[in-house]
Amino acid sequence: MRILEGEKVTIHFGGLAALQNVDFHLNQGEVVGLIGPNGAGKTTLLNLISGFLAPTSGVIKFRGEKISGLKRHQICRRGIARTFQSVKLFSNMTVPMNVLLGSLFGKARDIGRLDPEQEAMEVLKFVGLSEKKDILAKDLTLTDQKRLELARALATMPELLLLDEVMAGLNPAEVIVAIRLIKEISGKGITILMVEHVMRAIMSISDRIIVLHHGEKIAEGAPQEIIRDKKVIESYLGTDVYAKS
Amino acid sequence: MLKVDKINVFYGKVQVLWNVSFSIEEKEIVTLIGSNGAGKTTVLNSISGLLPLTSGTIEFGGSRIDKMPTYRIVELCISHIPEGGLSFPDMTVYENLKLGAYIPRAQKEMQESIERVFQMFPVLRERSKQLVRTLSGGERQMVAIARGLMSRPILCMLDEPSYGLAPLLVGEIFRVIKTLQEQGTTILLVEQNVKHTLEISDRAYLFENGRVVLDGTSEKFLQDDYVRQAYLGL
Repeated sequence: MRILEGEKVTIHFGGLAALQNVDFHLNQGEVVGLIGPNGAGKTTLLNLISGFLAPTSGVIKFRGEKISGLKRHQICRRGIARTFQSVKLFSNMTVPMNVLLGSLFGKARDIGRLDPEQEAMEVLKFVGLSEKKDILAKDLTLTDQKRLELARALATMPELLLLDEVMAGLNPAEVIVAIRLIKEISGKGITILMVEHVMRAIMSISDRIIVLHHGEKIAEGAPQEIIRDKKVIESYLGTDVYAKS
Repeated sequence: MLKVDKINVFYGKVQVLWNVSFSIEEKEIVTLIGSNGAGKTTVLNSISGLLPLTSGTIEFGGSRIDKMPTYRIVELCISHIPEGGLSFPDMTVYENLKLGAYIPRAQKEMQESIERVFQMFPVLRERSKQLVRTLSGGERQMVAIARGLMSRPILCMLDEPSYGLAPLLVGEIFRVIKTLQEQGTTILLVEQNVKHTLEISDRAYLFENGRVVLDGTSEKFLQDDYVRQAYLGL
């Protein structure tokens, strides 16, 4: 079943077409990788799905209903949560408070909560931040801040999770841990769309990959097909061995 | 050229660096590796004068710099390209680059420097009149690196330069760093792309919990079983 569908999605920033007639879809439970050169429009697409931007033309549907044009909090309450490439936390609040905001204002807010603080701690434990409970978000390292964003997004109880470069700044050993974490999230039945440059992660997690370049979709397919695609190699991967790891 | 001697640094009551010592010779590429939270960024911030030392000393070219304000340290031609870029979002790309060359020595060579960084990152030439906030994350990272090179540094410290860059550009960044070294710049590098960083470096220091626990040539690091397992993910 298609959980998310975009049809001819286009957005102009002034004279620049940041995305041009992009068709895409996500099946329920799928993990889809979104890759492309810097400036290709990946984050813009996440901004459109999550309501941070409205398309100039085209439609985005979630579970068959149009969501493009809705406000971001409305979209969050329907079950779409996200992280940000440049971290947007409540920097002067503690780590658990950030998560608590997710659980109280997200999709889960209607459910009678017995112990939201306990739930927040469980999410923190899941992402590996349970020891940081007395720390302000701004005092975390950048990678821990990204992890906290993931926790906050998960606390909203999303059906669709949009991840914007959660692996950036992790070393290879840490990437392996993060891959495991995302597989666990996927194992809970959450559909995932992830923007990522860490090819090792994209290749091992994604069921399917979509490639953007200059605001257009230039390729789509299984990971093994994508890394052999000539256009993708030319515009994105390069021929360097080390760039790909 | 740079000598860090037994520095101790605190954030409030929490000690984050413990008797950290290391040195860099002229025209070397030295890499600091370690997990997130190990103290690598704190080391760079200490060298730049952004954090006070509780004890210990930092010498550059034989003179103490550890009590100098940051702007004076920059005037000594030490450049710091911070993690996550931190470019000025409401200024144009061109203005950001100009700011990178504000020290007198660099001002004279500004036009030439701008041409040089535009050659490294052609997309910045196209975007030179755009506000940085309208750029993508990866393009902002390029602005930050380019700005850091505008001061014509003698010592260039790069904190996660490949952060957020597409694979094609990651390769390009490593080539740029190697070229800088060949042109005579000394490099202190913090980078999570550990394997390829070690391949271009001369020496490395491993940080764990705010302490230096291993040092040696890059070849030694690449062959070390512990490093391979814990940091290279092999």
